[in-house]
Amino acid sequence: MEGAWEIAFVLFQVWLSIVVGLIVLPAMFGVSLGFTDIYIRVLVKTLEWATLRIQRGQKEQPTLPSQSANGIIEKDDGSMEEEIGELRRSHPKNLVGGDFTMCDAFYFCKKGIENIVEDQVTQRFTSEELASWNLLTRTNNNFRYISVRLTIIWGLGVFIRYCILLPLRITLAVIGLSWLVIGTTIVGLLPSSNAKNWLSDLVHITCYRICARGLSATIRYHNKENRPKKGGICVANHTSPIDIVILANDGCYAMVGQVHGGLMGVIQRSMVLSCPHVWFERSEMKDRHAVAKRLKDHIADKTKLPILIFPEGTCINNTSVMMFKKGSFEIGRTIYPVAIKYDPQFGDAFWNSAKYNIVSYLLRMMTSWAIVCNVWYLPPMTRQDGEDAVQFANRVKSAIAHQGGLVDLSWDGGLKREKVKESLKEEQQKMYSSMIVAICACGDGSLIKKA
Amino acid sequence: MGSTSSTLLKIPNVEVLMQETGFSPAHMIRLHDRFKALDKEGRGHLCPQDFGAIKELAMNPIGDRIIGAFFCPGKETVDFHTFVKILAHFRPVDKNRPKEPNSPEPINSRSNKLRFAFQLYDQDKDGKISRDELLKVLQAMLGMQVTEEQLESIADRTIQEADLDRDDAISFEEFRKVSPEILHSRCFIKV
Repeated sequence: MEGAWEIAFVLFQVWLSIVVGLIVLPAMFGVSLGFTDIYIRVLVKTLEWATLRIQRGQKEQPTLPSQSANGIIEKDDGSMEEEIGELRRSHPKNLVGGDFTMCDAFYFCKKGIENIVEDQVTQRFTSEELASWNLLTRTNNNFRYISVRLTIIWGLGVFIRYCILLPLRITLAVIGLSWLVIGTTIVGLLPSSNAKNWLSDLVHITCYRICARGLSATIRYHNKENRPKKGGICVANHTSPIDIVILANDGCYAMVGQVHGGLMGVIQRSMVLSCPHVWFERSEMKDRHAVAKRLKDHIADKTKLPILIFPEGTCINNTSVMMFKKGSFEIGRTIYPVAIKYDPQFGDAFWNSAKYNIVSYLLRMMTSWAIVCNVWYLPPMTRQDGEDAVQFANRVKSAIAHQGGLVDLSWDGGLKREKVKESLKEEQQKMYSSMIVAICACGDGSLIKKA
Repeated sequence: MGSTSSTLLKIPNVEVLMQETGFSPAHMIRLHDRFKALDKEGRGHLCPQDFGAIKELAMNPIGDRIIGAFFCPGKETVDFHTFVKILAHFRPVDKNRPKEPNSPEPINSRSNKLRFAFQLYDQDKDGKISRDELLKVLQAMLGMQVTEEQLESIADRTIQEADLDRDDAISFEEFRKVSPEILHSRCFIKV
């Protein structure tokens, strides 16, 4: 019995040193030994083969419907005016004037039914559908049994992901986070100086690099010349908490967020020791002016790192960008927009906080194939004269959506949890009433037909 | 790994449903997925709040009525069967269907589409749209944008134009006469 424990211990030590030697140390120095690249290449080839095999299998059984990633609605993209106009023009009495007709209701009815079958907002809060299966059980949507070989590859994939990659990744994550806490605490003991800042940056970046390896993350950074500078604000679209790891792999940022308890709180407190981050108490968050002031003070100090903010306020599924909250854009400094786009083929990075808590989410991340994403640094933007915060926010949002190939929506991400505001319904009513020509704002309430 | 045909079989009475509604297997699966997605608590049926969660529908001035159309009077839940049957109204009309004298009218006929629209107005289901019912719909569609008097004028004029038998209400036949031809070709579910 003793012997078995000793052997296990020795094996564990060997394994740990391999991990540290081959993964952690190179990661800290930003050197890649190429394992991840090889892994990704093998993965891509396998998935391509799997896709072809599935397509061939589907062709051989034509009775089965193939997956259509498109909706089932054939939408007319006409505006309210166009569609109601068309309904009226084909009226038996051939009305041209634009009076109210009973069939106007049919326009709203049609829109309503369309939205019941498929709507633009709800689908953004669930994971993106894949056009072809990527051999993960969780994305299996009606992909039927095709061949023995495919099943074997799938089984092999399960084994590799859960028995080899998962323990490895958990080890790396633990090492990375412990290093962050210990490293920042040590650096915090030093007096303020340039050396301290440099060391703090080093500790942060090495920790994030280890964490990135812990997710098998392959990140491609584009336009590095536009990287956020000190005293600026970096805004990005939000898909998951991993966004922070992705961005911090290539630069140092001051994080903004709520103070948490537990493990998260420990990490937050130690990070603050080595360089200033902006952590808010829950009570402070309600006071918008206090929040704005703290952020302003931070960026006014040119020695402090650029702040990282996610203006959507919640995680969206990486197919679209939702409304940016104007708070960050009122502070009035240079904004450095960043677009992050994950490749869903290798692993779905979206955190559906309604379905999974943070631990289940991280476990899912660690049992995916890999995280592959592209990061684009966009040229800095500033608020122009005559532009208010909301317009500026929309401008930045469009730029990010355009670069990342995401749909630009003006819906509020807060709709994930809240109800639609009455004002939106009123807007619809206003639009419709403007089409009823017979109405005019006469004080006496009489109807006067406009010419 | 799941199979498409087994997913189809999970839907109870799917063959009958497909025949009654004319939806293809792909559409049935799609609608079933949507039904399950709306049924967040997995109860197997939908209640009005599940529909209310669709943001774009909540913004629709007559959204409440459309939701109400799914629920039979007195019932608080709608199962998948009913869900699909009601959506079947909005399938495009089958122009090439042979007219068999004894077969029931298809759900997506022009007549049934009109009846659906008619029932949005006729909430008490007495077969006529009274002046009050018309006013309520106008109120919903126009909200605070117009005054009471303007609403009443519009209602009066509409009834005047459509009401042929002078009973101060609009029957289904009268409604049909003032509805445009294009109504039946306003299909929006891909064939």
